[in-house]
Amino acid sequence: MKKKNFVTTLFQTAKGVAMTLPILIGIILCLGLFKTFVSVETIHKIFSGNVIFDTLIGSVVGSITAGNPINSYIIGEQLLADGVSLYAIIAFLICWVTVGIVQLPYEISMLGKKFAFTRNFLSFIFSILIAGIGSVIIGVIS
Amino acid sequence: MKKERNKISGLYFLITVLFVYLLLFFVAPQGFYQSVKISGRIFSSVILILVAVVVLTAIINYFLNPKKITKHLSKNAGLKGWLIATTGGIISHGPPYVWYSLISELQKKGMSKGLSAVFLYTRAIKIPLLPMMIVFFGWNLTIILNLLIIISSLLIWKIMNRF
Repeated sequence: MKKKNFVTTLFQTAKGVAMTLPILIGIILCLGLFKTFVSVETIHKIFSGNVIFDTLIGSVVGSITAGNPINSYIIGEQLLADGVSLYAIIAFLICWVTVGIVQLPYEISMLGKKFAFTRNFLSFIFSILIAGIGSVIIGVIS
Repeated sequence: MKKERNKISGLYFLITVLFVYLLLFFVAPQGFYQSVKISGRIFSSVILILVAVVVLTAIINYFLNPKKITKHLSKNAGLKGWLIATTGGIISHGPPYVWYSLISELQKKGMSKGLSAVFLYTRAIKIPLLPMMIVFFGWNLTIILNLLIIISSLLIWKIMNRF
């Protein structure tokens, strides 16, 4: 009896997730487009050399880009080697994993507009704060 | 009603993206094939995690009652709740969007917005990738960043609970 109930629960859960599949597939297709048309070179070109501006740019680029964090490490290390400030790199790394602009429509549909916007906005702001505090600490200890 | 509206807007979104792909097929076929290839790769890496999330959500739906969730993960949960959400965030794998359905279910059972945000935020700490992060950026930056993420999650928890 209990087993049958769990199967029903499993079926209902799967049905609920299946209803969100159009957005999920749409998001994945958007990621495919993004990875095809936005190259690492394009990301390099965006940074100007101004610490404050670059930190903001780092956060924005990190928020828009998505995918395996390993890619953010590779890009971040390359940008650092090219002379981009640590502030910008930290903001970029943190936003890559905490802010999701591409998946925002899906987050809104699942968790609500208010939650999704507030969470992403806070994560964006905190990436800048962490960039500032982290860079200062690194500067002091190294 | 809301679910139905989401389903319809989701379909519109998918149709719009498919239309972009259709245009791309005629305008830049190479870009089309490359995008399809990358999307296919992403989808195949996500599908198993999605199945795991469905099973995990069903287990939670079946075995955990709202009272238990409310006790441990509600607005009044305290540091123990934060610790559970943080640990869950750190050990969860895959892209964040596959976890939205689980968070949504837990919220329906009483999980607070603050702890939901903590779960999603602390996913930034990737234990399997720590050695790689150390190789790329050194011990100092790796330790400081991860500590700052944990400290920030405490603030995000408190702020999100106000909404």
